[in-house]
Amino acid sequence: MLDSDESVFLVSPDPHPHSAELSSISGISMSPSRQNLHHSLHSTMALPKTSYSVLSAFCTEENISQCIAYINQEVCSLGLTGVSLESKSGSLSAVPVLNLLYEVLQLQRRAQRALHELETQQLKNGSDLEHLQHSNCRLKDQLEHTRRDNSGLHEGERQLQLKIKTLQNWLKSEKEEVQKLQSIISSRATQYNHDTKRKERECTKLKERLNQLLMDKRDKKLSIEISNHVGRSDGKRGLWKTGKMEARHEGEMYKALLSDYETRQRSLMMENSELKKVLQHMKKDMITILSPKKPEPANDSLEQAVSECEEEIGDPSRETLEQSCEQAREQLTNSIRLQWRKLKSHMERLDSQASLVASQEREGEEMMSRKEHEEEMQRMRMELQQCKEFIHMQQQLLQQQLSSPCDEETAALLNDCYTLEEKERLKEEWRLFNEQKRNFERERKNFTEAAIRLGHERKAFEEDRAAWLKTQFLNMTPFVDRKRSALSDSALSVGTEPEAKLQSTPPLVTKSLFSTPKAASVKMPSTADLYRTLHLIPDSRGHGKCQSGEMSTKSRLRNCSTDCSVLSFVRDENSPI
Amino acid sequence: MNFSEVFKQSNQLCKVSPDGKYLATCVQYRLVVRDFNSLQIAHLYTCLDPVMHMEWSSDSLFILCAMYKRGLVQVWSLEQPDWHCKIDEGSIGLVSSRWSPDGRHVLNTTEFNLRVTVWSLCTKAVSYIKYPKACQKGVDFTADGRYMALAERRECKDYISVFVCDDWHLLRHFESETQDLAGLEWSPNCCVLAVWDNCLEYKLLLYSLDGRLLSSYSAYEWSLGIKSVAWSPSSQFLAVGSYDEKVRILNHITWKKITEFEHPATIINTKAVVFKEVEKRPVVGSEDLSIHQLTVDNSLFSTQSKYEITQLPAQVPVIKPDPDRANPKIGISALAFSADNRFLATKNDNMPQSLWVWDMQRLSLLAVLEQTAPVRCFVWDPRRPRLALCTGNTKVYLWSPAGCVSVNVPVEGSFQVLSLFWHCSGSSLVLLSKEHICLLKYILYNVSLSCHLIGILFRRHAVFL
Repeated sequence: MLDSDESVFLVSPDPHPHSAELSSISGISMSPSRQNLHHSLHSTMALPKTSYSVLSAFCTEENISQCIAYINQEVCSLGLTGVSLESKSGSLSAVPVLNLLYEVLQLQRRAQRALHELETQQLKNGSDLEHLQHSNCRLKDQLEHTRRDNSGLHEGERQLQLKIKTLQNWLKSEKEEVQKLQSIISSRATQYNHDTKRKERECTKLKERLNQLLMDKRDKKLSIEISNHVGRSDGKRGLWKTGKMEARHEGEMYKALLSDYETRQRSLMMENSELKKVLQHMKKDMITILSPKKPEPANDSLEQAVSECEEEIGDPSRETLEQSCEQAREQLTNSIRLQWRKLKSHMERLDSQASLVASQEREGEEMMSRKEHEEEMQRMRMELQQCKEFIHMQQQLLQQQLSSPCDEETAALLNDCYTLEEKERLKEEWRLFNEQKRNFERERKNFTEAAIRLGHERKAFEEDRAAWLKTQFLNMTPFVDRKRSALSDSALSVGTEPEAKLQSTPPLVTKSLFSTPKAASVKMPSTADLYRTLHLIPDSRGHGKCQSGEMSTKSRLRNCSTDCSVLSFVRDENSPI
Repeated sequence: MNFSEVFKQSNQLCKVSPDGKYLATCVQYRLVVRDFNSLQIAHLYTCLDPVMHMEWSSDSLFILCAMYKRGLVQVWSLEQPDWHCKIDEGSIGLVSSRWSPDGRHVLNTTEFNLRVTVWSLCTKAVSYIKYPKACQKGVDFTADGRYMALAERRECKDYISVFVCDDWHLLRHFESETQDLAGLEWSPNCCVLAVWDNCLEYKLLLYSLDGRLLSSYSAYEWSLGIKSVAWSPSSQFLAVGSYDEKVRILNHITWKKITEFEHPATIINTKAVVFKEVEKRPVVGSEDLSIHQLTVDNSLFSTQSKYEITQLPAQVPVIKPDPDRANPKIGISALAFSADNRFLATKNDNMPQSLWVWDMQRLSLLAVLEQTAPVRCFVWDPRRPRLALCTGNTKVYLWSPAGCVSVNVPVEGSFQVLSLFWHCSGSSLVLLSKEHICLLKYILYNVSLSCHLIGILFRRHAVFL
């Protein structure tokens, strides 16, 4: 391979002997291990920086073929067998080179991407590893801890078990002790019982003996000294003890017992009758309660039986309660029981009905009911509020009434006082009102005066304007020159002549003035018309010869042009005055 | 209210005659009979020896004085002061002497309970009843005085004999189903005899007059049993107090338990009122300290006390009984119904300072009186529902449904009331100290009602209301 390279070198048409360079390249080519892709990639990455240095230029004019061969070899080694460079008569066709370059670039990019991914992967892996190590550490700690706990618990359990064992032993021994003690107690008890019996017997024997001795000795001291006999407390004489007496005692005893039983029976009878009364009452109540249900068809046989029974027993003519025989009692209890059962079933039915109704309501008209409910609530609240207010008012009134003394005279007096006070207040108010009225009137007067003044001023202004218009008109007309003297006269007269004269003159002027251009109305033009006219006729047309007074008016008018509506409005307002 | 003068007495021997006219006291050898109202001496008798026991006959005509040491009984007549009777039991000795209900016979129990000797004052006749049992209450007469029940012990078995008191005819003699009979008591209507076993076994038996066993009741086993029994005056209830600190009420029809009253250390029953006695030293320098009072030095230095109503729940002071000693201080030792059957007063031995009053209509606790000292004695007024009690200090306490009062006994020297009893009219109280008696007269019912008097010091002879 090297030989071929060498040959290529030699064959190359214009060899630029950079042998050292070449050898270095070849050396490079040989030295990197092909497996070490990573390293090679690095080298390729570093390549662009160095490739443009003059000394390390890879390809020169001389070693093109060698380079090509080398490249081909390298490309082969890289596995890009499809593309190889072929030098055709020394010149390299661009297409395969470019293809190759493209392939290599692709490869390089791929490699870079892979590298990138691998790097991130590595980073990730590193962090994962760290994390895992951490968790591992922690888990180890935990494990250790748990183990310790476990051992502790085990120890505790062991101890407890030991304790239990000892306690059980203890209990057993205690039980044995108890048993022993019990047996001892029982044996002692029997012994003591026996002893006491023996002692008692001895005692009685001794007592007998003592008695005997006392009797035998004829105790002299045993005696009763009594000055004279005492009569019996009941005043009767003592009777001899005979069989008859015995029988009498028995009889008396039984009599006493009998009387006691009789009294007891009587009291019981009384109680019984009371209870019976209560029972009767209850029964009646029950019947009255249950009777309206009778027309309803009985659902079950029991019901029927009950109603029958009830009819039978509920008959007031049959005073079963008064019969004290066994049968009657049985009947009574039976009827009561049946009625009770009926009542119970009735109650149950009522309960179920109530629940049913409630559920239906809940299902069907929940929304409706809620709305109604709310409305009702609202209404109730309102009512409540009203009531509260009412109560409050009443309370106030009551308090007022209470606070005032109750006797009539003072009340009347107070009432008078109140009316007087009221009057006073009214008077005061009246006075105030009058004052206000007066004030108002004064103001009104002022106002009217002001309005009149305003009217005068307006009139003056109108006259002014009319005069001015006249002059303007006269100026515009072709017979300006002719009339000039007259106009100047009149204009002069504005400043000099008295008002009366001024008032008389304008109508004449305006008449003549407006009749000519429009040839329409003989009337005075309205202010709006005037303004329109003013607008239509620009100011520039005004003459320099105009008097200063006229100029000022004009400028004023122009300034106020925007206020015309206001002015007109004010005028309209003022017109009635 | 009026305190009488103080009279001497010995051995707590002071009795009012059943008719209420006389008051008999014994001072050593002498028997003094006074008119109850005037307290003037009506009769004076001298006995042969210091009197140990004294008793009025039921008709208030005779007084029996027993001198146990010499085995002698002397009987004195009020109608005939010079009439005398002396009964000598001889060498056998005497432990107890009592009247028969007719007031014409004296029943003497000899030493060792060898026999009961019945002496007749009418005929001088003597009868013996053998084998009487020595127990808490071995003899009882019916209220009408016709029958006597006697507990006997023969052949290690308990027997009950019922005698007709008229002629001491043995009416019935039957074995009782008790291990060791402790007591018997007739019902007030004279038809039922309640018999109870001793404290080792809770057993109550009810016998008819003719000896039939009507019923038997046992509340529990294996524990100390009955300590006290009391009939209600109407015979409707039988109250049984026991060592378990409970009172059980039996009815007279089925003889079953109606209810039981517990005596808890903490009273939480909101319907009950707990009256607590509070002692107060009199404030020196107050207006009470007048010259008149200075002479009565006792009242100056004695403490005043009044009742305060304690807020519920209230704690009742309890003492722990010594378990090693016989007759432990625990359980209901005393029970008493008021004359109108409406109230029941009980005393629990391990709460010695408290007296419990129960309402028998509602069958519930009504009041608890918590005293500063242990209750010594309590007695119902024989006419009205009011209760008098004493605690061994210088005060008498009265309870009625309306409230409680404490009354100081204003006598010279200290008069420590150890015991008391009512006059049969219910208007007077007789107070007994160790060696003296004092009468508290004209106790209007309203006085005990009016709680204004709480803590007021009653001066001697001062009449209130």
